[in-house]
Amino acid sequence: MPSLDKKQFLSAQVDLSKFNDASFEKATDEEKKQQDVMGESTTFFKDGMRRLRKNPFAMGSIVVLALIILIILVAPHICPYSYSQMISVNGCRDKSSANLAPFQYSEMEQDYIEKTGKSLFPHIFGTDSLGRDYFIRVIYGTRVSLSVGIVAALMVLIIGLIYGSIAGYFGGTLDLIMMRIVDIIYSLPDMLIIILLSVVLQETLTPVLKGTVFSKLGANMISMFIVFGLLYWVGMARLIRGQILSIKNNEYVLAARCIGTKSSRILRKHIIPNCLSVIIITTALQVPSAIFTESYLSFLGLGVADPLTSLGSLANEARGALQSYPYRLVIPAVVICLIVLALNLLGDGLRDAFDSKLN
Amino acid sequence: MSNKDEYLLKVEHLKQYFPVQQGFRKVPLKAVDDVSFAIKPGETLGLVGESGCGKTTVGRTLLRLYEPTAGKITFDGDVIFDSGEEYDEKGNVIVGADGKPIRHKKIDENMLPYRRKMQMVFQDPYSSLNPRMTVEDIIGEPLDVHKLYSTKAERREKILELMELVGLNAEHAMRYAHEFSGGQRQRIGIARALAVNPKFIVCDEAVSALDVSIQAQVINMFEDIQKKLGVAYLFIAHDLLVVHHISDRIAVMYLGKVMEIADADELNENPIHPYTLSLLSAVPIPDPETARKSKRIVLEGDVPSPLRMPSGCPFRTRCKYATEQCAKERPQLTDRGNGHMVACWNK
Repeated sequence: MPSLDKKQFLSAQVDLSKFNDASFEKATDEEKKQQDVMGESTTFFKDGMRRLRKNPFAMGSIVVLALIILIILVAPHICPYSYSQMISVNGCRDKSSANLAPFQYSEMEQDYIEKTGKSLFPHIFGTDSLGRDYFIRVIYGTRVSLSVGIVAALMVLIIGLIYGSIAGYFGGTLDLIMMRIVDIIYSLPDMLIIILLSVVLQETLTPVLKGTVFSKLGANMISMFIVFGLLYWVGMARLIRGQILSIKNNEYVLAARCIGTKSSRILRKHIIPNCLSVIIITTALQVPSAIFTESYLSFLGLGVADPLTSLGSLANEARGALQSYPYRLVIPAVVICLIVLALNLLGDGLRDAFDSKLN
Repeated sequence: MSNKDEYLLKVEHLKQYFPVQQGFRKVPLKAVDDVSFAIKPGETLGLVGESGCGKTTVGRTLLRLYEPTAGKITFDGDVIFDSGEEYDEKGNVIVGADGKPIRHKKIDENMLPYRRKMQMVFQDPYSSLNPRMTVEDIIGEPLDVHKLYSTKAERREKILELMELVGLNAEHAMRYAHEFSGGQRQRIGIARALAVNPKFIVCDEAVSALDVSIQAQVINMFEDIQKKLGVAYLFIAHDLLVVHHISDRIAVMYLGKVMEIADADELNENPIHPYTLSLLSAVPIPDPETARKSKRIVLEGDVPSPLRMPSGCPFRTRCKYATEQCAKERPQLTDRGNGHMVACWNK
């Protein structure tokens, strides 16, 4: 090794005397491999789910929602009471069972327990003014409210997605006309239309539905779905159109067109997967808003038909006896709060996990 | 241009105007205004010009990604687009007695079969690959669209073959585009373009976004592929050195018009058009000694807005040789010997 001494004291020249030949040997393949920085190949969903798992609020919400869904699925099979019938003991209607407090038995039931020595399933939340088990009514109310929420969100998603993607992708005059229609629907006062539509639809639907599966749900419920489908997709359609407008200008869409890909395939394979995060998040946030609307429509008396109930109509019924039996209002209100809060937090968590712009 | 079939691609009087809203009026933005050139099979035509002169628009219009406003595009002997205008010797549209242009039948071919023959490599390797697709799916998409395989195994085999051709590792097939470097991403884009086995590829600033060492690799790869597969390129770039290196012939564009076309070496050594001269003088010279001696031709003023094109020659507002004739009439490309075409009245 040639000795290259520093000519100047302050020179930054490397002092070669510190090294020997061994220092300059080539790295072995093994050593080279150590330098490879290669993360595990992750997909978009794996990556998002990893981030979601780190979010305690979102995970808590998932647990709460899972519990609620488990309870509303299992409870009707365990609880021997029906949401629509007065409590009867030994096939005999129990007239003393109205307005029982939680875990209280009526006189007839107490007699029965004493005589036969058998135990009876407790009235966990007591009974209502007609002597129906309140717990099972809350369970059925939650079932109705949740399914209204989910079905409404799905309807909004499907209509909004198709409408928004056509308007956004094809653009031009078509877009102009389609978005003006959206503007018109957007500018209508929601509540007024919902009330008017459900009144009108109720009358026209009742004879049509007679004898079908839907009759149990009641014309009110069906008209509520129609109302959601007609009115609430506009927000989704606007959002998706905006997303598609920005995504379709990407070069990969141009590249796909250059390859000769059909528009429908470009939408399916290139554009929609890239706005999927926004779609999922908005749908998740649409569920609580639909539950909310359903609840206050039921509260106003436009909800599901008796004897079927929803959380909103339970709250409405409890209003009359608020001073004597406040828990009958509190219980459905708390369930509404839990569901809406959990879904909102989950939606926020999903947005944080999947929206690439925030990462 | 004696024999038509000699050329793979022939473009005549291509125009691409975009409507731009100005207040209440719609004004045409003349991105490409009467461009004509031709490319032989296996040849590389370089297309240079400053930003915004319409190079990219030419490439995209050729592939019919934009609907051409007017002109005629012939590919492989087939007319794929013809707006139907007729032109006289001076290059003006022949107008009938009623003041409207005389038209023959408009031809507007379905592009799908031609998408297999002409492809494009995009400028930005980051936005030209779908972030939600694996490399295998990106390269496989043209195969899917044109149904170029019969079994899944055949599809995979073809994809791996293409990856090898562009120097990508077969293990990378299942990875996503964001896991690659810029150079590798550009290779993926090239493999996608090559998947349909095209005869002609538009390279739209395909190396501009890469750093210099990667540029060299990618350009060499383009050359290797040309040797192997015999594809013709339209190589769009703003770097004259790169274009000179890869091109057989070079076309210089200014404000949507072609100013000069010549063989690469001829253009470099013997430029005629004043704009080409100034463009060439702006090329950085690696030797400082020579650089000091050479004189840089600095153009005065800015590029005019394509919304308000100067009359006659578009370059006349910045040209020191400009005369009255330049303002009156637009110069056409004329042959100055050996296929060196120049559009200028004075030089």
